[in-house]
Amino acid sequence: MPFIPHTTEDTEQMLRTIGIAAIDDLFDEIPAALRQIDLGAIPDAISEQELTRFMRRRAARDELDLCFLGAGAYEHHVPAAVWELATRGEYYTAYTPYQAEASQGTLQVIYEYQTMMASLTGEDVSNASLYDGASALAEAVLMAVRANRQSKSKTILLPEGLNPLYADTVRTITASQGISCLSLPYDSSSGRIDTAALEQHAAEDITALVIPQPNVFGALEDVDALADWALDHGVTGIAVVNPISLALLEPPGQWGRSGVPIACGEGQPLGIPLSSGGPYFGFLTCRKSHVRQLPGRLVGRTLDLDGRPGFTLTLQAREQHIRRSRATSNICTNQGLMVTAATIHMSLLGPEGLRRVALTCHQRAQALLKAATSIPGVEAVFPAPYFHEVVLRLPGDAGRVLARMAESGIAAGLPLEPWYPELENCVLACATETKTEDDIARYAESLEAALSPAGGMR
Amino acid sequence: MSELLIFERGRPGRAARAQQPRPERDCDLPENLLRTQAPLLPEVSELDAVRHYTRLSQRNFSIDTHFYPLGSCTMKYNPRAANRLAMLPGFLERHPLAPESVSQGLMACLFELQEYLQALTGMSAFSLTPMAGAQGELAGVAMIRAHHLDRGEPQRTEILVPDAAHGTNPATATMCGCTVEELPTRSDGDLDLETLQAMVGPRTAGIMLTNPSTLGVFERQIGAIERIVHEAGGLLYYDGANLNAVLGKVLPARMGFDVMHINLHKTFATPHGGGGPGSGVVGVGEALRPFLPIPFVIRDQQGFRWAGSADCPKTIGRLSAFMGNAGVLLRAYAYLRLVGRSGLSRISDYAALNANYLMTALRQAGFEMAFPQRRASHEFVLTLKSVAKSTGVTAMDFAKALLDEGFHAPTTYFPLLVPECLLIEPTETESKQTLDRFVEAMTLLLERAERAPRELKEAPLRMPVKRLDDVRAARRLDVRYVPPTDAAASEQLNAAGQ
Repeated sequence: MPFIPHTTEDTEQMLRTIGIAAIDDLFDEIPAALRQIDLGAIPDAISEQELTRFMRRRAARDELDLCFLGAGAYEHHVPAAVWELATRGEYYTAYTPYQAEASQGTLQVIYEYQTMMASLTGEDVSNASLYDGASALAEAVLMAVRANRQSKSKTILLPEGLNPLYADTVRTITASQGISCLSLPYDSSSGRIDTAALEQHAAEDITALVIPQPNVFGALEDVDALADWALDHGVTGIAVVNPISLALLEPPGQWGRSGVPIACGEGQPLGIPLSSGGPYFGFLTCRKSHVRQLPGRLVGRTLDLDGRPGFTLTLQAREQHIRRSRATSNICTNQGLMVTAATIHMSLLGPEGLRRVALTCHQRAQALLKAATSIPGVEAVFPAPYFHEVVLRLPGDAGRVLARMAESGIAAGLPLEPWYPELENCVLACATETKTEDDIARYAESLEAALSPAGGMR
Repeated sequence: MSELLIFERGRPGRAARAQQPRPERDCDLPENLLRTQAPLLPEVSELDAVRHYTRLSQRNFSIDTHFYPLGSCTMKYNPRAANRLAMLPGFLERHPLAPESVSQGLMACLFELQEYLQALTGMSAFSLTPMAGAQGELAGVAMIRAHHLDRGEPQRTEILVPDAAHGTNPATATMCGCTVEELPTRSDGDLDLETLQAMVGPRTAGIMLTNPSTLGVFERQIGAIERIVHEAGGLLYYDGANLNAVLGKVLPARMGFDVMHINLHKTFATPHGGGGPGSGVVGVGEALRPFLPIPFVIRDQQGFRWAGSADCPKTIGRLSAFMGNAGVLLRAYAYLRLVGRSGLSRISDYAALNANYLMTALRQAGFEMAFPQRRASHEFVLTLKSVAKSTGVTAMDFAKALLDEGFHAPTTYFPLLVPECLLIEPTETESKQTLDRFVEAMTLLLERAERAPRELKEAPLRMPVKRLDDVRAARRLDVRYVPPTDAAASEQLNAAGQ
């Protein structure tokens, strides 16, 4: 009984108090026919020491030397203090701060987080987090449908340059709500939203336009023009942004003449380990005018009985535990611990640190592109500007080249052909501040070797 | 005393310089794409940040520091080993899109977790991607809808939900394009079968049930409910929030459920993290298997691989960018291995023992139970209806006064149909001595409610803040810090926005 503290004497006393002979009597309301169960498929308990050795071996099988993968999850340096603090039991083992007086720590952290995210995105209000970037976009779409009362069509424009994993998630989560998602093609020469294709929707009733910055190819969109197009056509603009890039790039709240009212994205780059895709957190920020349509938790600062400031969950009438079937979303548990880590991370980096990380990422990606394209036959598919990801076209079978590089411990990028059949032998590669000159040189050497006839590639 | 905000601790130009990389040159991106004003982030030293967030942590109650009998949330001990093992470098640094050839360690763990959960529930298959209970529910109801559409019955859009259900049940049904029909509960805590029989029909998509229910009792008529719903052509959804009560004793599939989710952050001891991350893995019987959300892990001759829409063409799709909260899944896997086969039913044994002991002891101390004639499951509902009537002291007052006594409050005012209620879930990891101290504290509060009710209405007195003005919080919305210099500009913005 690894985590059960009862002594035999405790158990006997407790049974006597209840007035039963055996623990099994506590289950006498359950029909006997239901109480036959075979757990043979589950192994018996092992000790912490045995389990540690076993899981160390398994984890070691998944180690890579160098990872140049991006596509929505990014390797960054995480200061040691972030997770030392975030895994303190007081954060790690608390629950949703319903009892405000006993949760001022978590509540203040969220309030600070909301401040940072609102400022980073140039919006007025941030919620306390959603599950991840893709599901945050789905919630942003639902929010736009509720908020844009001029539009009746529930039609969303999803650019093809939006990460397809995000587009899929939006389609799953909004599937049953009468929302139609229209694909907006990208311009094959620039990798950006095809403005002529966008213009074809000018006369239609469109509810929202999703604007990814950077887009899945790493390319930077002309967000000012896109935000203005949305504004001019009564369309709600929804920004999907990388929070690290926002240390450099214009925040969505200021795009074009008056910004877009909703911004969302993946919070993972802010101090969250890659961890196979989760737990991460989605962020969602908006204009003050949209706050009552915001899904999820929100923390407000108020006063206590003595007039001292304190923090509490607020506008809970939007939420499922109060409004039930008429709530803005079904979300309950969100990603609180990740938000705690991200808040500590942003505090340690500060405005200058975050700007330096963003700038270094961009410069490492420039170096990667330069090194890769100096190999004969390797070329950049789309022109600058880009942030920290680029699309490379290889002069050979990309799948085989990547497999070969993986054998030497390098995850060299993501083949794009499964998502974009026209991007044959194209690879999406990312370099963040974690990649040194030597790492990039090793990437180029390994790529060249994998492409060469001696490497078995034709 | 209140703590300064991290922004107020900073000084312009101060920074944790060990965390700053050195870019090679200035920014050469086109100027029209750049931001012109730095974001409002703290300017603090590393020590400032460490001290600030350490001090804030001390303003929380948590399982590691306090008894936390929050009903319906299963606040049991979260083993530290699970945290350490999930954070091994190979797991922590693995990119979600890393090639399958260098992911076999993780995928072996996830595949085994899927199999163990199948054994524990009787379901045919699991998908681990839902990131919390509510997302599991969304997946489940979406699969029920997909099943009816696939059979040419698009009119089946009604979801039946007991009045005692978690708010996520009806909210989920709405998100899935269904309408919600509320089922009444009888005074003994079981469902009203006559009403159920009258409500089902050709529009019934399914029923969402928690069993044991949120009232802390096992629904004894589950066999009859199963027959009524299935005969009407509907499916049964099992909300696994209370699985801890019957773990290793009853298979949800045997009760007749077609689909279910499990909150791994409850039953499988992964941390609640101040409000997440959770994990709401979904399991299905054969009928719904074609609709499982992707990706999940399958095994073939080459080893483990991710199943996508090519393997599962009728899938409801993807619920997040990658494969769910992998780090949470690894913690649950580690917990399962430490507990092992024979430990699983002991969890529900001792969860039930603690709940029934605490219920009995509190009843002996003079408290009134909502369902006194019933066994408690792993939790029970206590009602302070008559105390409130005679003294004016409410469930909320008890909750706040308990904080002063060093106990986290139970869940208050839920389930909604019991007036002035506390939903109390001790979990199996608490000792008899802790439960006895809780009974003592409650007994004392009952005496004080009768003797000096006003005192309790002012509680808590020993916490970092006194009761907070929630009305003010909602009316004068202050959801982010505005530095003094910006405050004037912000006032104007507010005026313009109203």
